Amino acid sequence: MFVTPAFAQAQETEEMQSGNGGAEMHTETGVADHGGGHEAGFPPFDSSTFPSQLLWLAITFGLFYMFMNKVVVPRIGGILEHRRDRIAQDLDEANRLKEEADNAIAAYEQDLATARNKASEIGQEARDKAKAAADAERSKVEAELSERMAEAEKSIADIKAKALKEVDAIAVDTATDLVKHLLGGSVTKAEVDAAVRDVAGK
Amino acid sequence: MATDKVDPIHQFHLNDLIPVNIGGLDLSFTNSSLFMVIVAVVTAGFLYLTTANRGLVPTRLQSISEMSYEFVASMLRDGAGSQGMRFFPFVFSLFMFILVANLVGMVPYFFTVTSHIIVTFAFSMLVIGLVVVYGFWKHGFHFLNLFVPSGVPGALMPLVVMIEVISFLSRPISLSVRLFANMLAGHITLKVFAGFVFSLGSMGAIGIGGAILPLAMTVALTGLEFLVAFLQAYVFAVLTCMYLNDALHPGH
Repeated sequence: MFVTPAFAQAQETEEMQSGNGGAEMHTETGVADHGGGHEAGFPPFDSSTFPSQLLWLAITFGLFYMFMNKVVVPRIGGILEHRRDRIAQDLDEANRLKEEADNAIAAYEQDLATARNKASEIGQEARDKAKAAADAERSKVEAELSERMAEAEKSIADIKAKALKEVDAIAVDTATDLVKHLLGGSVTKAEVDAAVRDVAGK
Repeated sequence: MATDKVDPIHQFHLNDLIPVNIGGLDLSFTNSSLFMVIVAVVTAGFLYLTTANRGLVPTRLQSISEMSYEFVASMLRDGAGSQGMRFFPFVFSLFMFILVANLVGMVPYFFTVTSHIIVTFAFSMLVIGLVVVYGFWKHGFHFLNLFVPSGVPGALMPLVVMIEVISFLSRPISLSVRLFANMLAGHITLKVFAGFVFSLGSMGAIGIGGAILPLAMTVALTGLEFLVAFLQAYVFAVLTCMYLNDALHPGH
């Protein structure tokens, strides 16, 4: 089964081959049969094994590389990409919602400010109106009061004048009576009037 | 037999599982090939099945897949800019394959694919090859500006260019040897300390008492090796990103 090149290393390999029939190298038979292995040199530097190692390395690593290149790398890359996209998308969504919430808050605050302004406006208006109404009422009452005062003053003046007029008549009567009682005579009304008018200086 | 049992190199031997021979070349399906297949199938299957639901809210396993994706994506974006994202499937495959290969190797009795220099060298040549091909395809001969830093005085230029060329050529070597040596040395160290446990343990009561120390060491080293397994995959991917950056933007 071997076309062995005629050097010791290959012979040794063959010897081992026939010795343990291709069994695991760590079996005791393998070890025993392989007693002369040291003369063959250090196994990693045994160049007769190089072609086989290179060939099988090329085959296994080549297939492994192809499998990685075609299947595994695109798949894991796809998984990671998908996750990155998904996270980015979720972050965008979160940002969008946050913006919406911010807008809603801004709108709410604006509404609140408007409402507050309106309320104070209404309050001011009501206050102004109330004040105007009170002022009008007061001026009306004052006008009424001053009118009534004027009326009262007038009536007082009338009464005073009337009273003063009556004082003249009373004085005439009194003077007439006095003259009659004191002097026992009588005076005419015209005379008394004249006298009273003189006294009063009218 | 006991000495073979604790032979720290033994774990790196390749055994043919299905012998294949074409034109004198030994192309057998070995335990290394089997673990390459296991790594590829486990990684691809995990990434495929955990993301099958395409959940908007990821499950725990789905978020592991997503985290690896984003981890590599940010690494590439930082290292090579957004233009570098065209190489994302490549860098992602590279990182996942190396990471899982390193981690699978931590399971006892399992083979570590990346502990063979030819495998890590193939990966680094793939990276450098991609850088060179893409650099020339994209920039033509301007890609060679990579070796001519701006602002260097004319007299020093030949020296600087030589250093730049050497540093470029050493990249595939340093890239592959770093990963290979780390995985190899880690597994050898683990095996050596575990071998102490075995040897001392077979020496009777005193030996068992003495074996506690290397056992503790083995436990601690296992933790360290898990860190190294991740770290080396990360370093490989980061350097890949930086080299791809050179292909994208050759002017310094």
